[in-house]
Amino acid sequence: MKFRTIALIAALTTLTACSAAPGTWGWYVIDPSTDTGWTNIRFLIRGFTATIQISVLAAVASIGIGLLVALPAFAQNRWLRLPNRIYVEFIRAIPLLPMLFWVFYGLPVVTRSMGINISIDPFWGAVITLALSDSAFTAEIFRAGIQSVPRGQAEAAQTIGLSRAKAMRYVILPQAVRRILPPLANQFIYIVKMSAFASVIGMQELTRRANELVVTEYRPLEIYTLLILEYLVLVLIISAGVRWLERRMGADESR
Amino acid sequence: MTDVSKWYDDFQVLKDISLTVEVGEKLVICGPSGSGKSTVVRLLAGLETHQEGRIHLQGGGMKTQRPGDIGMVFQSFNLFPHLTVLDNLTLGPVKALGLSRVDAEERARAYLERVRIPEQADKRPAQLSGGQQQRVAIARALCMEPKLMLFDEPTSALDPEMIAEVLEVMEDLAADGMTMICVTHEMGFARRVADRIAFMDAGEIVEIGAPEQVFQAPKSERFALFLDKILKH
Repeated sequence: MKFRTIALIAALTTLTACSAAPGTWGWYVIDPSTDTGWTNIRFLIRGFTATIQISVLAAVASIGIGLLVALPAFAQNRWLRLPNRIYVEFIRAIPLLPMLFWVFYGLPVVTRSMGINISIDPFWGAVITLALSDSAFTAEIFRAGIQSVPRGQAEAAQTIGLSRAKAMRYVILPQAVRRILPPLANQFIYIVKMSAFASVIGMQELTRRANELVVTEYRPLEIYTLLILEYLVLVLIISAGVRWLERRMGADESR
Repeated sequence: MTDVSKWYDDFQVLKDISLTVEVGEKLVICGPSGSGKSTVVRLLAGLETHQEGRIHLQGGGMKTQRPGDIGMVFQSFNLFPHLTVLDNLTLGPVKALGLSRVDAEERARAYLERVRIPEQADKRPAQLSGGQQQRVAIARALCMEPKLMLFDEPTSALDPEMIAEVLEVMEDLAADGMTMICVTHEMGFARRVADRIAFMDAGEIVEIGAPEQVFQAPKSERFALFLDKILKH
């Protein structure tokens, strides 16, 4: 009962805030026909570069680390499999934001104590964090994909003299990748969206620019709406790209 | 192989199996399911490990095993679906034996000719019939120029009309002097090709001997019963 009342009040407030009272719409802040509007849009849109760079670098690194982490899961010795489990369980348990703080503020302290002086700027802080955080998930995706290839494939590879590494490289992975592609695309989309967290350590990507503009213009509704649309465009482009890739790979194996 | 025993946990699948196959010999192994016949072949192929006994290969006076020395043909073909027929055949020679692409392709085409499907080289396994796939699988093993060929129920997954084309290829191979160990229930094939037939049951070799001898007068009751069942159906 109480919850419903609160929800009703909240909904009403939102509605009146954005439409009922005259003058609460302020699309002029991002109206391309006016000078300030156009300047604001250009300011916001320039965030694409950093968001895309961070996401792509993090995704590539995450796939690399994920594969390296996944492979020991197939060792016969259980002690060799252990690092895989520890890495996945540990990294997967850390929320993104604390990890970002830890990497950005904490990691330089760790390296300095080891005698290596590095400073991590917001860009690389974001890339490292996203790559690490995502790699635990990528590793699990690789593991599932590799496991989904029937055992007979590895056996056949063995009987034609291929080592385990070569069997993995030429027989198992090419078949696994096809099955892995859709969940991997999901992870990439996830990275793009999570890159918004880079704004809190001062990286001027899409979200940070929107925040900065809101502070000067006081038009959160309009500016954040545009921000959401910016991410939507990015994600739709990725989806289209992945679908194209899937079709191309699917055609390869078609009957 | 000498006194080979194998356990899955507490269950003993093989009990003191001793078996010698001469170069050029054709041995057929038959027996009810669960008798351990596939396990024998898979052990020889290096796909399983055993706990007791020794297995050694000395064919042609060679001591050390070269990759692909023992060819294996599976019941379920196990062709690589992402590769063309030709690439299925050249993968082993190129990546394991270090042959050049050109040499490997030449070899692959020669063996495709032998299994009578040279025209399918550029297709994918999924585009072939079961019989054709199994012949590709045989050619894939042959491309490694093995000393010994193992067959694990090569025709069990095939429709009846495709069994003959696979058996023909296997008989050709036998006629060329290949050493073969074949797990099969194709008794006609066994009669025509095998030098010896081994009957396995419950992890033991119950009976072994020349086809004429074992077919006409099986010594053990279990083998007689088994023959009775599969020959009648």
